[in-house]
Amino acid sequence: MEILVCVKRVPDTAENEIAVNKDGSDIVRDDLVYSVNEWDNYAVEEAIQIRDKVGGSVTVVAVGDDDAEEIVRREMAMGADTGIIMKDSAFEGSDGLGIAKILAKCVSMGKYDLVLTGAMADDGAGQVGGMLAALLDWPYASVVNKVEAGSGKLTVGREIEGGNQEMNEIELPCVLSIQTGINEPRYVGIRGIRKVASVEIPCHGKDACGLDAASIGDAGAKVKRAAYFVPVLGEGAEMIEGSTDEQVDKLIELLKAKGGIK
Amino acid sequence: MMAIFAIIQHKSGKADDTVAELCLAAKKIDAAAAVTAIVVGKAADCDAVAAEAAKYYANVWKIAADALAYPNAELIRPMLVKLIPAGSIVLAPFTPFGMDLCPGLSVKMNAAYCADVVGVDGLEGAALTVNRQEYAGQVYAKMKIDVSGGAVLTCRPGVFASDDVPVVNGAVADKTADAGAVPAAKRRFLEVVEAEVGDVDITKSDVLVSVGRGIESQENLEIAFDLAKIMGADVSCSRPIVDAKWLEKSRQVGTSGQTVKPKVYMAMGISGAFQHLGGIKGNPFIVAVNKNPKAPIFQVAEVGIVGDILELIPALTEKISEMKG
Repeated sequence: MEILVCVKRVPDTAENEIAVNKDGSDIVRDDLVYSVNEWDNYAVEEAIQIRDKVGGSVTVVAVGDDDAEEIVRREMAMGADTGIIMKDSAFEGSDGLGIAKILAKCVSMGKYDLVLTGAMADDGAGQVGGMLAALLDWPYASVVNKVEAGSGKLTVGREIEGGNQEMNEIELPCVLSIQTGINEPRYVGIRGIRKVASVEIPCHGKDACGLDAASIGDAGAKVKRAAYFVPVLGEGAEMIEGSTDEQVDKLIELLKAKGGIK
Repeated sequence: MMAIFAIIQHKSGKADDTVAELCLAAKKIDAAAAVTAIVVGKAADCDAVAAEAAKYYANVWKIAADALAYPNAELIRPMLVKLIPAGSIVLAPFTPFGMDLCPGLSVKMNAAYCADVVGVDGLEGAALTVNRQEYAGQVYAKMKIDVSGGAVLTCRPGVFASDDVPVVNGAVADKTADAGAVPAAKRRFLEVVEAEVGDVDITKSDVLVSVGRGIESQENLEIAFDLAKIMGADVSCSRPIVDAKWLEKSRQVGTSGQTVKPKVYMAMGISGAFQHLGGIKGNPFIVAVNKNPKAPIFQVAEVGIVGDILELIPALTEKISEMKG
């Protein structure tokens, strides 16, 4: 099975405190730690496991600038066979649909049976997979937490409310957005990183894939970020200050009053 | 005046709570809008849900067919595209259902798409401004949407909630024939696998010691169980703990896990993503301990401590233990 996994380089929210800049036009990007979007790591791991079971290859693609190379190499070190970077200044400012259009062109330049995305990324929209499927006219399943490969089709589980799982049969080629917890993404060691350090990663711009500049980037975006802000906090929590000892004493007093200690 | 449509999520003949919320969100977009609810499903479900939706919506369209008994987005999407006039605004809940249906729907309607809306500033000409959260809820973004060619928006469940929804007693119209035949889909629904019941039913617990990423390792879970034991509480957790397989799914609190209604909820090392908070109901006394003073959990907690749970939990356990003798 030929599998393409779409990955994104994002500020690591577990490692960073995200703040808004002075004029509210962007977040403060100095000194941010970037990494592969967490959901995408699960998608790459799932692709590797499917390939190892049924054969084929795994290609990782990122839309981005020169910095994207770092995460594409990381996912190759994880076990993806090849990488692609979709890079062009005309891509900048794309909304979700713009990104999906760029990825759809990447898909049409290859011969893939299966395309995986993460279920979500830093913007929390969970949109690119569904849009990509619609652009390709391929079937789609979102928030997938189980994949079983059969011949010409897959059996997939989707995460729905209450810890329940919705099982579907889906024909290939298809697009799936992958939820965290579907597997355990493997550790990427320094040896793996070294092994792929000098592998060439092809880059494609808008001309190579025949994209109309007006339909992508800032020009084509129907949805734009007008401003960032942090809301003025309302009542919020009563914060307990002091030493750990003092905090614990105060907390016990409150817990007793609220029936928290039996 | 915009034409606005709301796709109603429902289960076993009952509308989801978002039925009223989408109506309120629509009115925030355009108070003068003609808002139509759309209910898709098998006949008996459709009738019951459409009647419920008609309480809030002047117009309700139903699309009823046995093949639509389960909300398979691949079946529903082409029927909606056929039925909804181009240029309309379509609302749906930001749930696994909405996430499955809506990005593709926006593409097929050639409309703008914006997910997980948590606030509406308003419509000026063809520019709609809405608010959403990014970076795990750490900052908000104002999104300007060009709705001249229509738009599909998903709204976060709960944020447009109100007890005060005007009752209009609207009319139900059967649009099944207009929506065309149920299409052949390349994705077929098989079954729903219910969550396994664990050894502890956290939905029945009065006091929960709930742990998140801040617990750092599986071995450290021991301190949470020690605290829960001395407090007479149960241990629950947030999603990353289940993803790492440190605790079973039945202990996960959140929209994709269990809905709990304790009296006291101890959020230990949990940042408070909305998916997690969505699983906490009944207005419990929430205590939050987190290293990050900007963690969203502090916005909903009654009491907060900025600190490391790996120090605080053992100290708390020891003190309670001394107190109890």
